[in-house]
Amino acid sequence: MAVNIEGSNEILIAYLTGELDHHCAGEIRKRIDSAVNEYKPSLLVLDFSDVSFMDSSGIGLVMGRYKLIHSLGGTLHVVNVSEQAHKVMCLAGLENLATISKSEV
Amino acid sequence: MEKSNEMKLTIESRSSNEGFARVAVAAFVAQLDPTIEEINDIRTCVSEAVTNCIVHAYKETLGKIYITVTLSDSSLVTVKIRDKGCGIEDVKQAMEPLFTTGGSERAGLGFAVMESFSDKISVRSKLGQGTTVTIRKKIQQRVRYA
Repeated sequence: MAVNIEGSNEILIAYLTGELDHHCAGEIRKRIDSAVNEYKPSLLVLDFSDVSFMDSSGIGLVMGRYKLIHSLGGTLHVVNVSEQAHKVMCLAGLENLATISKSEV
Repeated sequence: MEKSNEMKLTIESRSSNEGFARVAVAAFVAQLDPTIEEINDIRTCVSEAVTNCIVHAYKETLGKIYITVTLSDSSLVTVKIRDKGCGIEDVKQAMEPLFTTGGSERAGLGFAVMESFSDKISVRSKLGQGTTVTIRKKIQQRVRYA
């Protein structure tokens, strides 16, 4: 799992790649949080285009980032989510916290 | 229940094995010709159960995780994931959605995901002895064209 982050103080985009599970969630969380705390963006985007698998560790990751960006007065968008990851996110009711959009395929 | 095929896998409770466990079980189940959604459901359940062994059963220690997958003639997949870790004091409470002892970054939804993504799960646990999670899922027979 890898994350590439592009940012400004308006919009910060985290491009996630690989399988999002407990093994890698901690490292991804640290990288995103450090960028969020540096830029304090008004919009945080988690791009799931290249996430091939996600379990409930991903729910913790999205919920934790929601809390952080919300505490800074910003909003969270989760984009290009696969069917599998979408099913896991909906089970947790994440669509009530963040705007979630599925991948177009 | 009639048995048609079985595999056993023992792994150490290292988080780097989570992905391996998912892939190994999915590869074995593939012979039943599941849909992508069915195989993803099984991968997700295995990931949750194995993560529980690592995060909770063998917290602060290293132990073995025993995985048995049985495929029946009627395309029923049974995945047993057993540990010899600390055990669960109150299984009913542990299975409640959002209940977690894993800190703020754990959603407490592992069992909820397993329940939702399988047909049936059962959990047996003894304090100090370990836990066995059994996940059952039927693979739908599809019409095959010659």
